[in-house]
Amino acid sequence: MDEAKEIINREYKYGFVSPIESESIPRGLSEDVVRLISAKKNEPAFMLEWRLNAYRTWLKMKEPRWQNVHYPPVDFQDVIYYSAPKSQKDGPKSLDEVDKEILDTYKKLGIPLDEQKRLAGVAVDAVFDSVSVATTFKETLRKAGVIFCSFSEAVREHPDLIKKYLGSVVPVSDNFYAALNAAVFSDGSFCYIPKGVRCPMELSTYFRINAADTGQFERTLIVAEEDSFVSYLEGCTAPIRDKNQLHAAVVELVALKGAQIKYATVQNWYAGDKEGRGGIYNFVTKRGKCAGERAKISWTQVETGSAITWKYPSVILQGDHSVGEFYSVALVNNRQQADTGTKMIHIGKNTSSTIISKGISAGRGQNTYRGLVKILKRAEGAQNYTQCDSLLIGDQCSATTFPYIEVENKTAKVEHEATTSKISSDQLFYCQSRAISAENAVSMIVNGFCKEVFNHLPMEFAVEATKLLGVSLEGSVG
Amino acid sequence: MLEIKNLHARVEDREILKGFDLTVKAGEVHAIMGPNGSGKSTLSRVLAGHPGYQVTAGTVTYQGKNLLELSAEARARAGVFMAFQYPTEIPGVSNAYFLRAALNAVRAERGLPEMDAMEFLEMLKAKMKALEMDSSFASRPVNEGFSGGEKKRNEILQMDVLEPSLAILDETDSGLDIDALRTVSEGVNLLRSPERAMIVVTHYQRLLSYIVPDFVHVLLDGKIVKSGKRELALELEEKGYDWIRTAGTAGAGAH
Repeated sequence: MDEAKEIINREYKYGFVSPIESESIPRGLSEDVVRLISAKKNEPAFMLEWRLNAYRTWLKMKEPRWQNVHYPPVDFQDVIYYSAPKSQKDGPKSLDEVDKEILDTYKKLGIPLDEQKRLAGVAVDAVFDSVSVATTFKETLRKAGVIFCSFSEAVREHPDLIKKYLGSVVPVSDNFYAALNAAVFSDGSFCYIPKGVRCPMELSTYFRINAADTGQFERTLIVAEEDSFVSYLEGCTAPIRDKNQLHAAVVELVALKGAQIKYATVQNWYAGDKEGRGGIYNFVTKRGKCAGERAKISWTQVETGSAITWKYPSVILQGDHSVGEFYSVALVNNRQQADTGTKMIHIGKNTSSTIISKGISAGRGQNTYRGLVKILKRAEGAQNYTQCDSLLIGDQCSATTFPYIEVENKTAKVEHEATTSKISSDQLFYCQSRAISAENAVSMIVNGFCKEVFNHLPMEFAVEATKLLGVSLEGSVG
Repeated sequence: MLEIKNLHARVEDREILKGFDLTVKAGEVHAIMGPNGSGKSTLSRVLAGHPGYQVTAGTVTYQGKNLLELSAEARARAGVFMAFQYPTEIPGVSNAYFLRAALNAVRAERGLPEMDAMEFLEMLKAKMKALEMDSSFASRPVNEGFSGGEKKRNEILQMDVLEPSLAILDETDSGLDIDALRTVSEGVNLLRSPERAMIVVTHYQRLLSYIVPDFVHVLLDGKIVKSGKRELALELEEKGYDWIRTAGTAGAGAH
């Protein structure tokens, strides 16, 4: 595919740094740091205890190395675990109080925070470095009985809900990074949908890492009471830095009887440069629990950023007739690495799950799909359908698939389909001979490849995702 | 419209075209006939700008421009169209989407505004009907799961939509049954016009019963060894390529 080699790399669009004075704590991690974070957030005692327990658990754990990604050991004493925009010390009371620089940053990102975007009907909780800056639409949501606020606020205002659900899906000891997150998480979003309520708008969180050498450890908890519905979207960006930055988030979803949670992620953290310098280590634990019967959780992710992406948004199908879905597009270009997929744990009867994974590898990218479908003994009539497709662009990238299937019930039905294809020089020539440039041809083919997943994104984000793929793929045809 | 002089081209280390000459005027239909391995497909691909072929000598002038300097994409925008012998499948991309992208790229070059989706679809469906193509082909992925005949019909449909000045039909008859051959040929004939030139590359005479050429050229071992009118094709059919091979030395010498 020499003919397209000249397509040049466009700079990462979100790579700007906002000149905001921020207050950070010294580098490194200790029990004192955990106490300091908790104190800065005026947390109640139970929260501090929880964090300390997590920290002590973490100390006993080893950094996992089984994943199919390669990076030098992370020096956990060289990370800054808390950074907040200085003027935000006391927290903003309204949008007017939010630092103009921050608002400008959000404007640059094109995220819906201000009045004009209100029309779009999106409620946004924006997490800037470690602190939740502003949550819009609170009033509209409050009328519907929906709680949507920063995690810090939830800890103060809704301690009972936090106590009940925090760690109920991803326990502190779940894995190394989940434990680390539990010890030092600085903020995140909390969302609660009461019984029978259909959340009146799309909820959205926007994460951005601004300060250098800062780790971002946010935590999201969504609880959907019986027969409620919520659709949630998170987006992520970070400035260009030549050092790697750690992002270890935890997302927990709880769907009770008949409830439905749709969770979509468009992840575009800084991916590092062409030679693989810098970029975000995106080590994230995301898990949902269909706690009641007929509950439904659906994950949609578009992963185009990060130097390393390592995550498996999963669903525990506990309630009978509950449904789990995972739709994923993971794209790696240049030196990016991804090891991502899902786990569907079928516990209840007649539970069903669908996995559609589309991996795109370009440049020298390494893309791994890793998925587990586990059907437990009492999951009578459980069903899974998995489709796992890989698309290769060029001859220096790789795609690897590790599907694990464990079935303990004979009535279960598990289907697995997988394909690997390559954008061929014949396809490019065919398009070019029809006046379509190689670049447009690649993006056309890639978008066609991802269509099944994009169909599950809210309309405007599907458009955004399409554009994002185009940008991420620039320079990939060669 | 097109002037090819002393064209030499190779693929990898093998020289295939060895001094090919051809002049085509607007409105003319030229048939290039030759046995397997004579360089027919190489000629088509070199003209379309396939990157796997290297031109080592000669010139190709198209509408006064040096065609060889243009990328495949630029040639297509300038009105050169090749109907592929083996059209490529593009999974996930609908035929209509693909064709509209192609048409709008060509229209941009011609200084015309983009055609919107509704207007385009209406136009496409009318053209499909003329080619006896089911309208479902508009939403199906490009060439995926198409039969041989459907693929060829689809190529002619693309030609119809893109309205090229120079169309090169590379073995459009291969793999077609007699009914499909007739439909495809009728489609091509409808596109004949005083402004448009066509080069019809084929192994067999039978296509030329439907698409009647103005000139017939016999390609052997990388160059034209004999040229004539339509009757030459019939003579070839009767006597076979060996007839040219034995008599061909004289023809080549005279060229």
